[in-house]
Amino acid sequence: MKDEIIVKVNQVNKIYGMNHVVKDLNLSVKQGEFLTLLGSSGCGKTTTLRMIAGFEEATSGSILVEGEPVENKEPFERNVNTVFQSYALFPHMTIFDNIAYGLKVKKFKKSEIKEKVSQMLSLVQLEGFEKRYPRQLSGGQKQRVAIARALINNPKVLLLDEPLGALDLKLRKQMQLELKELQSRLGITFLYVTHDQEEALTMSDRIGIMHDGILEQLATPREIYEKPATRFIATFIGETNIFDGRIETVEGDFAKVLLENGSVIGKGEGFVKDELISVSIRPEKLKYSMEPVEGFELNGYVKSYIYVGSVIKAIIVLPNGYEIKLERLASELLPEIGSRVFPYWEVADSVLIHSFDQTFYRAVEDIQYG
Amino acid sequence: MTKSKHSLRANTIPAITTVGPITLWLLFLVAIPLVYVLVMSFCSIDEFYNVSYHFTLDNYKRLFDTNYLQIYAQSLFIAFFTTVICILLGYPFAYFIARAVSKRKAILYMLVIVPFWTNSLIRIYGWRSFLGTNGWLNTILMKLNLINTPVEFLYNRGTILLGMVYCLFPFMVIPLYTAIEKLDQNLIEASNDLGARGIYTFSHVILPLTISGVFAGSIMVFIPCLGFFFVSDILGGGNSDVIGNLIERQFQSGNNWPLGAALSIILILMTLLLVRIYQKLGGDMESLGV
Amino acid sequence: MRRKHKVQRILKMVFCCCIYLFLFLPIIVIVVNSFNATTKKPYLSWKGFTLSWYMKLFQNEELLSSFGMTLSIAVLSTILAVIIGSIAAVGMYKYKFKGKALIDGLLYIPVVIPEIVLGISLLTIFSKAGIPRGLLTLVLAHATFSIPFVVFNVRARLSGYDNSIEEASMDLGANRIHTFLHITLPVLAPGIGGGALMAFTLSIDDVIISYFTNGQVKTFPLKVMDSIKSGVAPDVNAFSTLILIGTTLLVVLTQSGIFRKNNKERG
Repeated sequence: MKDEIIVKVNQVNKIYGMNHVVKDLNLSVKQGEFLTLLGSSGCGKTTTLRMIAGFEEATSGSILVEGEPVENKEPFERNVNTVFQSYALFPHMTIFDNIAYGLKVKKFKKSEIKEKVSQMLSLVQLEGFEKRYPRQLSGGQKQRVAIARALINNPKVLLLDEPLGALDLKLRKQMQLELKELQSRLGITFLYVTHDQEEALTMSDRIGIMHDGILEQLATPREIYEKPATRFIATFIGETNIFDGRIETVEGDFAKVLLENGSVIGKGEGFVKDELISVSIRPEKLKYSMEPVEGFELNGYVKSYIYVGSVIKAIIVLPNGYEIKLERLASELLPEIGSRVFPYWEVADSVLIHSFDQTFYRAVEDIQYG
Repeated sequence: MTKSKHSLRANTIPAITTVGPITLWLLFLVAIPLVYVLVMSFCSIDEFYNVSYHFTLDNYKRLFDTNYLQIYAQSLFIAFFTTVICILLGYPFAYFIARAVSKRKAILYMLVIVPFWTNSLIRIYGWRSFLGTNGWLNTILMKLNLINTPVEFLYNRGTILLGMVYCLFPFMVIPLYTAIEKLDQNLIEASNDLGARGIYTFSHVILPLTISGVFAGSIMVFIPCLGFFFVSDILGGGNSDVIGNLIERQFQSGNNWPLGAALSIILILMTLLLVRIYQKLGGDMESLGV
Repeated sequence: MRRKHKVQRILKMVFCCCIYLFLFLPIIVIVVNSFNATTKKPYLSWKGFTLSWYMKLFQNEELLSSFGMTLSIAVLSTILAVIIGSIAAVGMYKYKFKGKALIDGLLYIPVVIPEIVLGISLLTIFSKAGIPRGLLTLVLAHATFSIPFVVFNVRARLSGYDNSIEEASMDLGANRIHTFLHITLPVLAPGIGGGALMAFTLSIDDVIISYFTNGQVKTFPLKVMDSIKSGVAPDVNAFSTLILIGTTLLVVLTQSGIFRKNNKERG
């Protein structure tokens, strides 16, 4: 993968009336990567995509494609193409005409169009569908036509707006793999928008998590899962246990954290004494002992077990009533319900998160400026 | 904040080019003419029957002439009964064709429309030929020895009602048909399943769900009825006028435009009132369109 | 139980037949009278069968030219109404602007107001503006009552319309005009066609509004109106019969052809 930046979003804001939908967004998409913007509905991810495509105009900031600013370019003047959530296939045209549309607009020669369309059809495995109409296709087939129609123009970046959202679960899983395979084969940059975290984790080279208009973290799937930058991300991606507390002492990468139920040890950089923080520990990384463990002052009792196929989840209640989850293989022998246990973790498995993160400052700002 | 070039190209210019022409059209050929009618209704006429722009309330005073009052009453009477007859005949009829097998349904529906491809005047004249003293009906009745001398069926309120119902019947049937066709058959089955009898199902399920069609149809029948002067011209022989006849006379033979304008204002006010009631009853303007 | 159902069904059928008889009775009278050999006004008593009216009708130049006039007015006003109404429907659907509610309100006026009021208001404004009444005023008047129906028809089609297909077109490199001509227009075509058909039908059959805006020009319905006092001549009946046969054939043909294609697209 080359590190050339193909799309650069610079300090972009989007405001609709009273709604600040995208806030100070900075984003660099590298040549050939599969970058996903992930977030729940209304987080600004689709708006970001539409600004890059040219359907929406940024209120402030700039967007560069291959180093060239595109603010004053119409959608049809930009060398990016979009795959729409609703597919947006032209209902009155055959599959052939749908795919050929971009080339016909650019006045390509008929023979060339024919050749390229048939290449595209074989790429998306729809040979022989030329003469059909969109209404005669299944959801998955329409999806492939939409992709072929965009790819035939050889875009610098392919923008995909929840392209699998309308498909059923099984088909969606299959298409995820196909899309990823297609992307790495063609080497075209994909900027993908979804609200499905599993989809993002499966396909992406990098994931940008958006929350409330802000890009909270941009990193590889693994990094996001293992080192969530914010409390929101820690709870949004996968399951986790969150402990809110205050730093008592810092020793190198380790910090002693005072919680309501006693002190624990966590790992993280750049923290200072007395700072308010959260500790995140994944259920599968949480451990327990029948006796107290050095450095950890937590204790609780086992409230219940939930069997989820191959794994079993235990709910442990701490003295103040806070419930934490622990996950083990079902084959493991676990203490009886009601027994007292002492939760702890390998310090390296825990993640310390600033409480006063951007979300907090933003909340303060909102209060100040109404 | 100034508008950017992008929003100008993406929004302002297309909005003006698409909506501009219709705005001008509606302004110059609907709004201004109606305002001008209002203005004219306060004007007087000179000795040559030309409109002169001297403010007067005379036209409105003349609206309360007893002869006119009688005609308004007659006109409302005709419009009311035309609407009632159209509902009573149209509802079951629309119900039967909307509930017919889908293959047959399209044909039955088309058969309601087909008569309208023949000019309405000629069809009304057809009725006159049928009902006249030497028309078909009299001939048949005399052949059957039911009557000895021809009966005059024409030139009374009954024939005007017949002509109005005839002209406006489809305008009742079409909205009713649309409303009834949308009705979910499962609801009727559910009601029957819950033990409701036919009449109860009709009054508690079918009618409430299709009443919008009745309202829309009533508007489409009642209002035009007030203005259809040619029906009473042809079938009424000049003794069963509607408001439309009064207006027509002022703009043609009577040549008193300001008075005609004042009479038109009555029709406009009635229309506004009825549309207002229609909307209050929950009627959708859109269903008056098609 | 069964028997009750059967009785009900028979009653239903009898009722519907009566209604259809009511709707078609005057048309039967017209068709029969078109074969009536009588030459004495008002052409009512039956004097035997003849086809002569169908021959004579082609020598009645006044009648033919009035029908020609009706057709030209219908074509011109329909074209005007379709162009203005369709682009307005698209614009009103897609863009937000001030005064939209006002335009919407004005659109309903020609639909609900009694035709006579629209007719006399146009008459007064044409005379005030010094526009001589004739072909021009007739076309303007007919387009005025047709425009709303075109807008409503196109709007109905737009309600199921996916806006993103236009974005997709622009995304693929087509500018706004190309997008409108190649995407928006063809997709809306059935709605536009429906509106056009309605506008054409309304125009051809219009009596009241033409009556006030015609000047010296005689359309076919106005010609009929003139002749009513002296009795409608059998050649007019013959002509009406021909029109009826023509339109019925046209509709049967389009229903079996175009309509089927349309259904396929939707299904």
